[in-house]
Amino acid sequence: MSVTAVAAGTRAAAGPEGAPEEVRRGRRSTPYLLLLPGMAWLVLFFAVPVFALASLSLQTRVPGAEIGVYTQTFRWANYSDALAEYAPQFLRSLLYAGLATLLCLLIGYPLAYAIALKAGRWRNLMLIAVIAPFFTSFILRTIAWRQVLADSGPVTSTLHTLHILPPGESLTASGTAVVAGLTYNFLPFMVLPLYASLERLDPRLVEAAGDLYATAPVGFRRVTFPLSMPGVVAGTLLTFIPAAGDYVNAALLGNPSTQMIGNVVDSRFFRVVDYPTAAALSFVLMAAILLLVTAYIRRAGTEELV
Amino acid sequence: MAGRDLRLDGLTKTFGSFTAVDGISLDVASGSFFALLGPSGCGKTTTLRMVAGLERPTRGRIRLGDEDITDARPYRRPVNTVFQSYALFPHLDVFENVAFGLRRRRAADVRAKVSQALELVELGHLARRKPAQLSGGQQQRVALARAVVNRPDVLLLDEPLGALDLKLRRQMQLELKRIQTEVGITFVHVTHDQEEAMTMADTIAVMNAGRIEQLGSPIDLYESPATAYVANFLGQSNLLPAAVAHRSAGSVLVDVDGSRIAVPADRCRSAGRDVLVGVRPEKVQLERGAGAPAGMNALSGGLVTDASFTGTSTQYVVRLPSGRQLTAFAQNTGRATVLPVGCSVTVCWDEAHTFGLDGAEDAAAGIETPDGPAAAARAGLPVGHVAGTGPGGAPDEPEAAPGTEAEATAAGGDGRA
Repeated sequence: MSVTAVAAGTRAAAGPEGAPEEVRRGRRSTPYLLLLPGMAWLVLFFAVPVFALASLSLQTRVPGAEIGVYTQTFRWANYSDALAEYAPQFLRSLLYAGLATLLCLLIGYPLAYAIALKAGRWRNLMLIAVIAPFFTSFILRTIAWRQVLADSGPVTSTLHTLHILPPGESLTASGTAVVAGLTYNFLPFMVLPLYASLERLDPRLVEAAGDLYATAPVGFRRVTFPLSMPGVVAGTLLTFIPAAGDYVNAALLGNPSTQMIGNVVDSRFFRVVDYPTAAALSFVLMAAILLLVTAYIRRAGTEELV
Repeated sequence: MAGRDLRLDGLTKTFGSFTAVDGISLDVASGSFFALLGPSGCGKTTTLRMVAGLERPTRGRIRLGDEDITDARPYRRPVNTVFQSYALFPHLDVFENVAFGLRRRRAADVRAKVSQALELVELGHLARRKPAQLSGGQQQRVALARAVVNRPDVLLLDEPLGALDLKLRRQMQLELKRIQTEVGITFVHVTHDQEEAMTMADTIAVMNAGRIEQLGSPIDLYESPATAYVANFLGQSNLLPAAVAHRSAGSVLVDVDGSRIAVPADRCRSAGRDVLVGVRPEKVQLERGAGAPAGMNALSGGLVTDASFTGTSTQYVVRLPSGRQLTAFAQNTGRATVLPVGCSVTVCWDEAHTFGLDGAEDAAAGIETPDGPAAAARAGLPVGHVAGTGPGGAPDEPEAAPGTEAEATAAGGDGRA
């Protein structure tokens, strides 16, 4: 409907009979017309569902009716009930996502640094290598980690030999496996923004730091790293936010005691058909992430680093 | 710590098969203002970067007093650099930029020292601004303060004024000189602008193709150039090929297209038969007709082919019977009238102002044209043509490049004749 209206509006403004004044008015409205498709998309597929979900999170089951039928009762206790019951999964989600983000940063920063500043003519090839895993299915890649961490696999046997992993313990179906899967799957989202900000770094600034008595590590800490903060912030957000809501890694690589909040939402929605709880959990997750992200951006102070 | 001479000994840097710096040896006295002057690509910046420790020499040593710093890491050298594009840290404010070196060395009294350095460059009131909020000239001063505040033995300046406009550049030249005198630190200044080098430096090393062509005070270089390259790169010169006719104790008599010219023996760099006789345009006098004052070198039968009045002086181009062209600048003292084009003149100048160069040299070496010296040679310009690209020196040149050469020449002539 709105699309037709836009088309009609454009035709009217650009019509041969359009007086100069009308043309000017047409020009003034151009930005809004260009915004329309995006706005329509946002309203239809974001605002409306969020509202529906919010409404759903306050409903209760109709007594006597069959499963899946709910009515609006504005029951705010849905939130406290959900939180009380699933607090461990919540905390675990934030912990796993935090660990995975930290690991991504530790692995991704040197990688991005090498690609941006040291790779020379291998730069493009290395960038492609970072993105290449996306050509394979997400599910397949995650399942492959079962093989990587299998009891007979190289990782586990090496850890056994080195006595890092006690005999008899395995890595499959563990929290370690879930964090490893999350780290692996979200690494490119960390590397690419880091690469973009390091690639922009003026090498003369690093030279200037050396000239002003900074050793290489001090120069990194005082100049290179602060100047790459926009990349660090973007990378950690792009990793942490989806990782906190992820359920595939926990489902495929974990066990019942390593469930994340995504797994709970999944089972509440599709298995138990407990829509209000699932909706409430989704909202709590959203609020938690918003709070954390806001606090983080405030601390990182990236608004000064344009 | 301060008060040590900088000494380069056979310094060489090659990049693959290209030799950027070719065995440079020089001494920079402590507390002096030293300029490395040359066109882009002559190796002056590479030399500077080797002193700073940002480039590793292929051969040769760098010493500060008795200390060999050739292999010392940049952060271990008592040397600081003012970078060409300033390289200010964008995430730090002016104060922290200037304090950077002090903090790394855990110096005492950081606040007082930084304030003092900012006062020196007259930026005390902008201490809390970020570099992006400053103008180019202000950024330049911050870069200078950031280096000077560390009181290094040697301060390196890599084309520090290159990004500023002409007016600001003049102002900063004087200011740099003032600051150098005030703090007494050795300044090594890299520039392609001969006026800049002459205004500020005590000693200039003219570089060409990785080597030093000549080293000396601005007056020495200007009045007694040792090579055609220096004669042309530093101001303008009239260079005429000649053959030695007679050598005596005091002077060398040479033959220029049939005329006898005397060159003081101590100003003649050629031991062989062929000589390039040179004289600066502002030393040249034009006399109507055939007569010439006694005791002066004279070339008769000249014809004024171009006269451009610039206010302070008139710049003449004179064609000699041999077809060679000479340039003459006549100061507007009010005592002589402007000679018209087509006027017959005798070109004359004081013997003491004559210099003799090796006759095997290319008389067009060091002439900056938009397409480089090779293009000038291809264009078939006669030997002994107008040298240099001042706005008036070559009015038909498509681009009057940075536009200071002619004025500098005139100024140099005034003060030093």
